[in-house]
Amino acid sequence: MSTSAGRLLSRGSRAPRRRLLHLALLGWAVASLLPLLWTLSASLQSNQEIYSGIHLIPRHLELGNYTQAWTQAHFSTYFKNSVIYTVTIVAGVLIISSLAAYAFARMRFPLKNLVFYLFLIFLTFPLPGSFIPLYVLLVNLGLIDTPLGYILPMINAGLPVAIFILRSFFEEIPREIEESARIDGATRLQVYRLIALPLAKPALATITIFTALSVWNEFLFALVVFSDQQRMPLQVGLMTFQGTFFSQYGLMMAATTITMVPALAIYLVFQRFIVRGVMAGAVRG
Amino acid sequence: MLEATAPGNRPARPARSQRRYDQDWKQGLLFVVPALAFFLLFTVYPFVRTISLSFSDWDGLSNHANFVGLDNYSAALHDSLWWRSLLNGGLFVAAALLLMTPLGLLLAVGVERVRRGRAAYRTAFYVPTILSGIVVAVIWKWLYQPYGGPINQAFDQLGLHSVARAWLGDGGTALWAVSLASIWQGVGYPFLLYLAGLQSIPDEVYEAAAVDGASERRIFFSITLPLLRPVITTVNILTILGAMQMFNLVLAMTNGGPGYSTEVPVLHIYREAFGLFHFGYASALAVIFGVLLLAVSIAQLRLARRGADR
Repeated sequence: MSTSAGRLLSRGSRAPRRRLLHLALLGWAVASLLPLLWTLSASLQSNQEIYSGIHLIPRHLELGNYTQAWTQAHFSTYFKNSVIYTVTIVAGVLIISSLAAYAFARMRFPLKNLVFYLFLIFLTFPLPGSFIPLYVLLVNLGLIDTPLGYILPMINAGLPVAIFILRSFFEEIPREIEESARIDGATRLQVYRLIALPLAKPALATITIFTALSVWNEFLFALVVFSDQQRMPLQVGLMTFQGTFFSQYGLMMAATTITMVPALAIYLVFQRFIVRGVMAGAVRG
Repeated sequence: MLEATAPGNRPARPARSQRRYDQDWKQGLLFVVPALAFFLLFTVYPFVRTISLSFSDWDGLSNHANFVGLDNYSAALHDSLWWRSLLNGGLFVAAALLLMTPLGLLLAVGVERVRRGRAAYRTAFYVPTILSGIVVAVIWKWLYQPYGGPINQAFDQLGLHSVARAWLGDGGTALWAVSLASIWQGVGYPFLLYLAGLQSIPDEVYEAAAVDGASERRIFFSITLPLLRPVITTVNILTILGAMQMFNLVLAMTNGGPGYSTEVPVLHIYREAFGLFHFGYASALAVIFGVLLLAVSIAQLRLARRGADR
């Protein structure tokens, strides 16, 4: 952190100017958070109370919105589905990407660089509308409207970035550590599993958080894959629900809160990984 | 990389090393095969299939499809709704470039300058960015509700009844209302990227400039901004790609309406495929759109490079 630069820059400035800066920043912080507080507040109010005028503190807590959303509106099912999809996809991405990244970093095989650059090209190449051929493919495979039909392409979507991050991480591990293990007779798989993977924990954590958030929030592909309500994740469930019940604001906001709280929790607990990941990407360009 | 880049050494190596190499490449393939299989099946195949579908009249249901050459592409040229959706995408891009990225830069510069509360500001500014498009859409749709929505209620309580309106139901305001919601959600990302860029500028640069007696404004425009150029390019490309491909917010807030005032490219492609079963035509639109996005990214990179050379 360039505190000395900050000091230099604010050298001539007086306290009122800094107070003004804080006021502006505080203004945007409030703007960022107020809609969420409103959502939370409305989710705890009855419909009559919401229509009677805006106020942040509910006059009496109405928890019925949550029980209604959770049981009658199927949000317990959506929630369970989202958890299953997120956990499976994250696990799949971690295992498959780390194996491939280790091979790219440490092993020799034909066409290695060509294959790696193919991954890179598709990482940067925008592919809008790929949901059309994917839909056709899943129909042909008999996987449309099944959990597997959602999970497999979503694992694939997470692979390129994860391989890219992990490869550079594995390359930075000193070779001597691995060589000594191999002289002791360890196989490649053992070196990968017992030495490389534990050392790559920070990178694995970053990939876990990013993949989990993006899967939890994913909507378009889930919309294409699922038509059976029993299998929909939260985002599609919320979208369907809001089309019918929007005027029941309290209920709507309870459903919205259920959908966003896990993402908020992941963010608040693992914030440093997210910030570090985004910032690392920025400086690298 | 040493092993991989020195094939010339191989003959000189002892037999043990050669055996290890042979073993290695078989194992190496085993390590890569799962990722490769996913990649071929779910990335390369759909990519090729989009292109081949774009030359057909397939309806997504029947067993038969005719090869129609470039018909879908020429149809796209005369599809006024497609043009409208591209124009709307362009308006979303314009709003994001003129409002969102400058706001992100301002917030980053501000946070970089304060001493206390940096982490708290950073946390708060990025909260909307981690929410899903659908969640943001539902929240803002409620804020914009004509009756009982907080925005109109606030205007009413301030006595400004004439300002209150159906923000999303009015063709004149719908696109800007959606755009505002997307800026609210999206600004955290450029903010964080710019903050990282600012923090990567070494203190010595500022110190030298200050010693030379440069003013704060001068330092910002002739040192900070030029040094931020790579980050600015990254932010611009990501912003353009993101705004052009807007889908979730539009689908949930307006479904492209009222009329077609918020119709956007991805929504149009989605509807052609799954609403009208024009799979061939939708694929052609996807190809056109993909090429357009690629062209925009390359143009941005070119511009940035030329600017840097000057």
